[in-house]
Amino acid sequence: MEKFTVLTGIAAPLMRPNIDTDAIIPVAYLITTTRDGMGKGLFSGWRYDRDHRERPDFVLNRAPYRHAGILVAGENFGCGSSREHAVWALKDFGIRCVIAPSFASIFQENCIKNGVAPVVLREDEVRHVAARAEQAPDQPTTVDLADQTVVANDGREFRFTMAPSAREALLLGLDAVGLTLRHEADIAAFQAADRAQRPWVYAV
Amino acid sequence: MTQHPPGAPATLFEKVWRAHVVKDLDDGLTLIHVDRHVTHEVTSPQAFAALDAAGRRVRNPELTFATPDHMVSTDPGRTDQTVPGGTEMIQALRRNAGRHGITLFDLGDRRQGIVHVVAPQLGIALPGTTLACGDSHTCTVGALGVMAWGIGTSEVEHIFATQTAVRRKPRTMRVRFDGVLPPGVTAKDMVLHLAGRIGTAGATDCALEYAGTAVEALDMEGRMTLCNMAVELGARYGMIAPDDTTFQYLAGTPYAPKGELWERAVAHWRTLPTDAEAHFDIELSVDVGDLAPQVTWGTSPQDVVSIDGRVPDPATAGDETRRRSMERALGYMGLEPGMDLAGLAVNTVFIGSCTNGRIGDLRAAAGIVKGRRVAEGVRALVVPGSGIVKEQAEAEGLDRVFKDAGFEWREPGCSMCAGFNADKVGPGERCVATSNRNFEGRQGPGARTHLASPATAAAAAVTGRITDVRHLER
Ligand code: SF4
Repeated sequence: MEKFTVLTGIAAPLMRPNIDTDAIIPVAYLITTTRDGMGKGLFSGWRYDRDHRERPDFVLNRAPYRHAGILVAGENFGCGSSREHAVWALKDFGIRCVIAPSFASIFQENCIKNGVAPVVLREDEVRHVAARAEQAPDQPTTVDLADQTVVANDGREFRFTMAPSAREALLLGLDAVGLTLRHEADIAAFQAADRAQRPWVYAV
Repeated sequence: MTQHPPGAPATLFEKVWRAHVVKDLDDGLTLIHVDRHVTHEVTSPQAFAALDAAGRRVRNPELTFATPDHMVSTDPGRTDQTVPGGTEMIQALRRNAGRHGITLFDLGDRRQGIVHVVAPQLGIALPGTTLACGDSHTCTVGALGVMAWGIGTSEVEHIFATQTAVRRKPRTMRVRFDGVLPPGVTAKDMVLHLAGRIGTAGATDCALEYAGTAVEALDMEGRMTLCNMAVELGARYGMIAPDDTTFQYLAGTPYAPKGELWERAVAHWRTLPTDAEAHFDIELSVDVGDLAPQVTWGTSPQDVVSIDGRVPDPATAGDETRRRSMERALGYMGLEPGMDLAGLAVNTVFIGSCTNGRIGDLRAAAGIVKGRRVAEGVRALVVPGSGIVKEQAEAEGLDRVFKDAGFEWREPGCSMCAGFNADKVGPGERCVATSNRNFEGRQGPGARTHLASPATAAAAAVTGRITDVRHLER
């Protein structure tokens, strides 16, 4: 998986709370057996009108936010459906980091597994980063995962924390399946012992 | 997180968690064994592809079950044909299940249906087990005392390959519902009311346990409705202690243990309920004695009022963010502050989904519909949650009740819950739905969803308006 260390990029402010995964990637774009090309469906209900024309006022349709690498959003970002397609869509569009006061947990886990950084700042800090991104759209924001800092485009620096395991997975681009397979002997031992304890679980 | 020494009073969740620890990892993470993995056509194809690309196999195909549900057509006489792209997904599931030796409940099989209806009904979900599925409403089966959670596609791949998941122990929360539900008020109204009270982040990341006399009094269908919407409160798990209601529901189901093994299992399951002295991080209690039927007015499950209530005024919102999101919701829903919810004309009524697509739900709806007709101009659908539910309903003559009234009686699947297949609500159309999410565009672009119980939905179908079902009861 692609590593995430430092990202300096355009930040797009989308300061609505409770942005759900249906809004991030509507169902129509989930009808596929691959991960590719999801970016075109990102926020499509907001990005396009019914005739699939771009709505000029939506943030990701405005230059320079079209090239955003960071999304700044309201609380409880990514709530609703477990669809990992939401993260694939952000990533395919070019967004590698979302900054918000809080995230829905399945979405957050999905981010880590795809090299996208879910960064939690305090509400007022998120507002500051968003306000600056609004005022000086061309000025980039920096997210440094090694340092655990966000530098708004006026130079103000905010610290954040992330669970060490999640941070390490992002920094090193770890393959979660490969990591767990190192515990194969423990898994086999668990099943052998459990089979004796709770045979009905395995009697399928 | 509180440490629980063995022998100390423990919650239902803690007991199930403890029994599944393969290994403690760094950073407070634990490798948890997954007893049951259920999969469907939307979140699995990319997981199978990744598995193949890495040259890996499904580690325990005998613990893995698959059924197509989201994409399937619900037209009577259906085939694999569905919306463009969907047919390929159904066929990919069939191919992948076959290649990996996974049990598939395919189209045409009476056991096919919505994952969260099928898993408990077939006895795949058993008390005290862990169950994961690539769908956020997997918490539904927590109603049987299962530690069940929804996952994304990478996690589906992880469980295919390892039969485990890396989890962090959540905080615990208990909501007690006490009292006796008034007539016309159901489990759906209990959980919608709770969403209104604590909000969609009220149980964030918690293992939520529902308890209390009103929960004990519910049948399994009602309990599953409660647990289904635990995720709408932000919870990772929704659980209810297994009891005789649970055991009776499971007895004789195809995958439940039999004979001596059943006796052993039940003896174990009786040890699972939360101990009297056990600690929860958050506790809340709700008296259901004067609860009214609930209906949502906005675009989040927490945007809910009693059926005799009014559309709230954003001006009364606690803060600016809430005010703006309320205004946005009202604009989307085509409503004005202060309007009565009851009396709003509806275009569509959808009875089904993993929240309310079970036999008890269909019985409740049929009880209202019997002897009445669907109002002029309203499209009303009943979609059984599985082939077995459909069979059962037909044996009881419920299909006749619905069809005679002018409802469409459809084949099992997710149908109009989330707009994956051809069943959609048109732009700007108003739908009373028994499902779980009223997000913008959830039932189709521009669709306006009002969540409610099967009884309230049935009342809307026969009157053509959002209606207080208590005024219709006979
Ligand atoms: S019925 Fe709706 S909520 Fe349930 S699994 Fe299907 S799409 Fe998801």
